[in-house]
Amino acid sequence: MDILRSERSRIVVSLGLLSGAFILFAGAVGMIEAFHEREVVDKFISLGQLLMLLAPFAVGFVAASRMAHTDASALTLLVCGAGVGILTAIPTVILLLFNSEEFRFLLDLTLKLLPLAVASYFAWQRYRAGADPRLVAGAWLAIAVLIGIVTYSFALVFEIKGELRTVLVNINRDWVDVVTFDHRKELMTGILTLCLATVASGCVGAIFHLIPDAPRRALLYGLGVTFLVGAFGETVRLILQEHLDRDTLKEIFRRDTLRQNAALALFVVSTVTGFLWAMFGQNLRHGISTMEYSQRRVLNGIGMLLFVAILLSLPWLIGRTLSDVAVTIGIFVLMGLGLNIAIGLAGLLDLGYVTNYAVGAYILAVLTSIGPLGLLKGTFNFWTVIPVALLAAMTAGFIFAMPVLRMRGDYLAIATLGFGEIIGKLAISDWLKPLIGGAQGVQAIPKPVFLGAELKNPEQLYYIVLVACLVTLFVSIRLNNSRTGRQWMAIREDEDVATAMGIDTARAKLLAFTLSAATGGVAGAIFAAKVGTVFPNSFTVFISINVLSLIIVGGIASNPGIVVGAIVLIGMPELLREFSDFRFMMYGALLILMMIKRPQGFIPSKIVTHEVRQGVKLKPAAAE
Amino acid sequence: MAETGRNGTSRILEAKGMTKRFSGLVAVDNLDFYIPEGAIASIIGPNGAGKTTFFNCITGFYQIDDGEILFDGARINGRSPDQITRSGISRTFQNIRLFNNMSAIENVMVGQEPHLKSTWIGAILGLPFTREEDVMSEDRASELLRFVGLAGKGDMLSKNLSYGDQRRLEIARALANKPKLVLLDEPTAGMNPRETIETTDFIRRLRDELGITVVLIEHDMRVVMEISEHITVLDYGRKIAEGLPSEIQTNPDVIEAYLGRGAAASATASET
Repeated sequence: MDILRSERSRIVVSLGLLSGAFILFAGAVGMIEAFHEREVVDKFISLGQLLMLLAPFAVGFVAASRMAHTDASALTLLVCGAGVGILTAIPTVILLLFNSEEFRFLLDLTLKLLPLAVASYFAWQRYRAGADPRLVAGAWLAIAVLIGIVTYSFALVFEIKGELRTVLVNINRDWVDVVTFDHRKELMTGILTLCLATVASGCVGAIFHLIPDAPRRALLYGLGVTFLVGAFGETVRLILQEHLDRDTLKEIFRRDTLRQNAALALFVVSTVTGFLWAMFGQNLRHGISTMEYSQRRVLNGIGMLLFVAILLSLPWLIGRTLSDVAVTIGIFVLMGLGLNIAIGLAGLLDLGYVTNYAVGAYILAVLTSIGPLGLLKGTFNFWTVIPVALLAAMTAGFIFAMPVLRMRGDYLAIATLGFGEIIGKLAISDWLKPLIGGAQGVQAIPKPVFLGAELKNPEQLYYIVLVACLVTLFVSIRLNNSRTGRQWMAIREDEDVATAMGIDTARAKLLAFTLSAATGGVAGAIFAAKVGTVFPNSFTVFISINVLSLIIVGGIASNPGIVVGAIVLIGMPELLREFSDFRFMMYGALLILMMIKRPQGFIPSKIVTHEVRQGVKLKPAAAE
Repeated sequence: MAETGRNGTSRILEAKGMTKRFSGLVAVDNLDFYIPEGAIASIIGPNGAGKTTFFNCITGFYQIDDGEILFDGARINGRSPDQITRSGISRTFQNIRLFNNMSAIENVMVGQEPHLKSTWIGAILGLPFTREEDVMSEDRASELLRFVGLAGKGDMLSKNLSYGDQRRLEIARALANKPKLVLLDEPTAGMNPRETIETTDFIRRLRDELGITVVLIEHDMRVVMEISEHITVLDYGRKIAEGLPSEIQTNPDVIEAYLGRGAAASATASET
């Protein structure tokens, strides 16, 4: 018993069961099955299987690193890795047995014995604590009956239906196929394969901890690159298709999946590059940091130019389908930058940002549509309406901000959430139907025309979004480092003290809401022009939540963070269609993970330095 | 920065019949007091005497229920806190309340708020006036940081400063308003003896070099007696004494409020 109570076994058991529960959960909600559709490496491994193996791998690594201080030997670590692996498999194996014809009786037995076991356990505990035996007997009976009602009815259901999936819809044949690595027919072989696979990846995870730092990073880099290229095979192929001929492409991809040889080559190449970087990157970075200021500026300039060149040639580089995704990401970046003014700078938790998006979209729709609902039938074009949409969104932001100026924190969030809902209901209402078409929405919105050319492809719309984003970015940086920005930050930090500093907080907050609304309006207008139709369905609370999440994940008040957040949260579900069903589940998981591990976001905001610019020498922090 | 010389007789702050009630409780009760211009004045009193409430009433955080407050001859009760700050009163807080996630220098720059005129449009367009004002505000903020002894720490987040530095930064932020009157709520709380002496000297410099009238709330009687020229004693929201430190020290009412009736009796006995 002692070995079970040791710290090591506690680590192994808790981590192993954690990853086991994760795999079971992922299977039960259908994630593994859905991800299995996408093969990462052709005829070798699918995303679903990888998901299953990634858990014991990660947990094996974590277990090994947690044991580092107990100076465990390599063999011990390996055993622990194996232990974690087997524990990962156990919950899934149990479910597999329950699901099979031969071992169905196990499920039946478990369901029938469970209430007795639980009741007996509690009764025994109470009895040992010295409770009255009659009371113990009564409690035993009560617990057994209460739990028994539930489990017996489950057992009955399974007996009648004969299949587990009547209750757990995703525990079906496909799931069995994935978790047994296609050994559905020979269940025992399948279970053995599963166990071997999880044990192996648990061991690999533990071994990973033992490798010295440089090669480990190189390996991780190589694996990461191969995984990303494989998982986003479709995307990568779409990009390469623009620049490579068909035959070369066929060498690399079979339809949308990476061929085994290509994957191996990619892995070797990226690992070697990673290794070289790990060995010599330090020197390179050191070389750059010791460079003269003027030289570094030149280097920075070159980097900037390269970045701009990539931004400008992006649609050409990535092709049509991905340009479309880029436009969507851009629209969300635009909204992220706007909402960041309210949330990141002024600390106003606005959950009704969709309001501004909807106002912008409907203004553009109604003013430019050539359909029956168009007010002006083509007298106004996209370019003249954009400023109108911007002003309208600002007005909406202003009006909605008025009643909530005195609210703070949670109350503000709830009130703005309400406004977002009101807009959705207004859009679909009969009252406004003559104007904006109710559930049918507004159709036939013409594409923007630039110098006589209709910008109808995403490649062209991309530039509109890009310009809008750059302008917003510029404005946001200017505001951040200005009196107004500092007013907002002061309000964010402590509203009472901000007032005591002489700031008219009501005015500053109104301004924050109004300016924040502006880009939402532009984003809406661009969205309307891109899609060509505007429906009330497009303006749900989920837009607000998406924008808020991308700000939090990227890094509050950090502009580069918002771009990264948008790419991860908006781009990824667009590229991996399998993800989109689980989008909000993954958002939730990601947000929780971020709050625990990295609350400042992927790219935390930087403080603007003033004294350094003035040439004041920095004092060491611990001067006091 | 220095404006007027000392003028012992004129009253920079004056309250008549000031009363503040919190539902049933009378926190400040029909208070008459004045602060002479150019003085270092202290408000003392046992815990719960209404000292901080008194500050909050003057700075507009609380609206008083009765009476009036005159600053520089003009009525300020009824105005909002930001308007009162703009008229030339700054304050610090008992529990330090800096803008934690802003750098030290930015804290001071926010303190200059009443003197800034640039707008958000100017900031976006980068108008020359806005740029000039930004540079000026930055310069003045650095100057103030130097004055309080924080030069070189301006770009640190204020939450990362040491406790003493945070107190100093709060004073620098209060000074950025170019105030005529500054209210310091327990400026030496939590300081060691050396820091306390430094702070005491510093408060004197505020008055002597910058010509600012200083009002302190303070518990450390050594500090109070050493630097105050005018002391107001509160107890249960009422003024029980007012005057020079020497007068206050021997006032039986004050001793009673602090130490109880018996102590007051023995103190008067030993004196006579």
